[in-house]
Amino acid sequence: MKKLDTPQELDAWRESCKNELDHDRLRLRVCDGTGCRALGSQHVLTALRQAVNGNNVEIMTTGCPGFCEQGPLVTVDPQQIAYQQVTTKHVHKIISDTLGKGEVISELLYVDPSNGQPVTTESELPYYKSQMRRVTDLNGQIDPHQIEHYIAHKGYMALSKALYDMSPDGIIEEVIRSQLRGRGGAGFPTGVKWKFCRQSPGDEKYVICNADEGNPGAFTDRSLLEANPHRIIEGMIIGARGIGATEGFIYIRSEYPLAIENLNIALNQAREHGLLGKNILGSGFDFNIQLRLGAGAFVCGEETALMASIEGKPGEPRPRPPFPAQEGLWGKPSNINNVKSWASIPSIIANGAEWFAGVGTEKSKGTAMFSMVGKINNPGVVEVPIGISLRELIFDAGGGIPDGKSFKAVQFGGPLGGCIPAQYLDTPIDYESLTDLGATMGSGGLVVADESTCMVDLARYFMNFTQEESCGQCIPCRWGTKVMLDILTRICNGQGEKGDIETLEQLANTVKTASLCGLGQAAPNPVLSSLRHFRDEYEAHVYDKRCPSKVCWK
Amino acid sequence: MITLTINDKTIHTQVGRSILEVARDNAIWIPTLCYHEALKPYGGCRLCLVELETPRGSRVVSSCTFPAEDGMVVHTNTKTIQQSRQIVAQLLLARAGHVPFIRELAASVGVNDTPYTLPQDTCVLCARCVRACQEIVGMSAISIANRGSDRVVVPPFKISSADCIECTTCVLVCPTDAITLDDITDSSRTVHEWQSEYARGACRLCEYTLNGN
Repeated sequence: MKKLDTPQELDAWRESCKNELDHDRLRLRVCDGTGCRALGSQHVLTALRQAVNGNNVEIMTTGCPGFCEQGPLVTVDPQQIAYQQVTTKHVHKIISDTLGKGEVISELLYVDPSNGQPVTTESELPYYKSQMRRVTDLNGQIDPHQIEHYIAHKGYMALSKALYDMSPDGIIEEVIRSQLRGRGGAGFPTGVKWKFCRQSPGDEKYVICNADEGNPGAFTDRSLLEANPHRIIEGMIIGARGIGATEGFIYIRSEYPLAIENLNIALNQAREHGLLGKNILGSGFDFNIQLRLGAGAFVCGEETALMASIEGKPGEPRPRPPFPAQEGLWGKPSNINNVKSWASIPSIIANGAEWFAGVGTEKSKGTAMFSMVGKINNPGVVEVPIGISLRELIFDAGGGIPDGKSFKAVQFGGPLGGCIPAQYLDTPIDYESLTDLGATMGSGGLVVADESTCMVDLARYFMNFTQEESCGQCIPCRWGTKVMLDILTRICNGQGEKGDIETLEQLANTVKTASLCGLGQAAPNPVLSSLRHFRDEYEAHVYDKRCPSKVCWK
Repeated sequence: MITLTINDKTIHTQVGRSILEVARDNAIWIPTLCYHEALKPYGGCRLCLVELETPRGSRVVSSCTFPAEDGMVVHTNTKTIQQSRQIVAQLLLARAGHVPFIRELAASVGVNDTPYTLPQDTCVLCARCVRACQEIVGMSAISIANRGSDRVVVPPFKISSADCIECTTCVLVCPTDAITLDDITDSSRTVHEWQSEYARGACRLCEYTLNGN
């Protein structure tokens, strides 16, 4: 295909892509994300392909729509009949009954646990009904290997607008006005960060996408990277135009092979069509993106360590200042954002800042993606307006706690976040309220704990993680987390001593204050927040030699 | 010229210096371990932390890496700073309490004992040797391997490095004498930690000789 040279050519191509993606067509959409693959979607796909051979049925592989618990997911269009937990033995029935006679197979439908009623269509599923899908709207709706699908759904239209109808400063102003805050966890205003980088002197600048999603239990970035890589790429090109960067990097962890495959395909397609590389869309703007694979170090998600890793150096952070916007990759001004931040950009440019800021709270605008795991009925990925309560998130979208058990706490923000107990279930979720409770938004990973979870044991688990992942450059993080883990392990083994809790607390406070980078500064959060909300559990372990949840020293 | 205050003392200085340098020029004591005048600041030991008063509240930073700025208000001895220094000193004592230099350093921040237990080693991982080998000598014959509390300073693959030019700068900059140099015979010497054996003589780079010859 010839490279697109003008916005008009892109518009014309969009029309033909739309026609090809005929919405009334008989089609099976099969989720081929990592979650469904693990549950056997590839066997289902092979069987479906063999079974429909020669018939006028399209089989579309999609990325993850988020309802991982019920996979493998197969959706029948145009009726949008949503089948769950499909196996190879269901394949012939789907072909003969649903495709052949238009009958719905009731045993494959999701049953709403609240009323025992089966749910037929995708849009009626309670899991999706409680969400507001703006960044993830195309997850599960398009084939991530087909740029035509993204184009048909207004893909790269925002880029065309940014290149032809907006100045670089105008792009940055729009993002500032949208009040988008960094979705990687810190919540710094994205547009303001871009402005710093734009204003930094220098001809060579870099933009970087942080896709080193390392928190245990977090997989929001993965679902976007797998299901709609073009949206991230489009966001990065727009950002590069605003900042004045000519080179971009996506730093992605090598544990995400499918995301890497899909990204590579998408990058090549964008280059082939003149949407990436030299003279993008004939505008004269040059920008390219390269992939860099992480090698399994959690600390490389920290921006300065990430840049060191891209440079080929050991993944160790360095003190700031200088900030990346002043001296980043190879000493050049650089701007680094999380996957979800980049993916939020195209719709802000296309629909305007007011549209984006139309939902959310006073200081936190837009929607946020969360991945939920642990003691919850519907583990998976959701997107909701910022400001909904924890109760809505966990009990509506998440479907509540399994086996009739009661909710105890949720670990918000992974090993660098904190736990939030049941009495705060009605707190609106935004950056400030989470920080006030001793947790963080983090990268959107939630681990749900029920009455059978020991909070001391959970804190020990996360401390074990950060202690192993500490790079070891600074003393508080290198040895402080080690001593903290030793104390926690002792407490969990029933060998806690008088004074352990106080020593732990004092050490935690210093590691938080004195560590060099964000990892060390946040590593004590699980301990500090569980001490704050569940101090009685620590005391029971140390003084009564008793684990209230009956988890420790079985 | 810029003007800042450290511990309520008004100081005038030129641009481009770290808080630590400015403090030392003005006889304000800040403890350090990984800092060395001849090396780039590292910010690893966290003993040189100071507290800044900013419009958005107080902020703790490492004075060796943080540039002195106009109008800055710095405190070097607040309660928070004292506490974090003491805990760092206690951790150092747990690691290398047998080293006189570490005991003196800990005592200088009021710590003579430690409640913690860590695997003992004379090396405290300040990385002065590694940085000197890279920044001053330009050889990078040794480097840091492993992560977290498993960190060690080693030559590549833990075998004698062909890049070592026997300058022994690493021995000179080590604050805890963790790197030991011995003359084996009249004509050869070894740096035990790097498993190296060299012809005893002058440094190939600058002809500096340590311990005679």
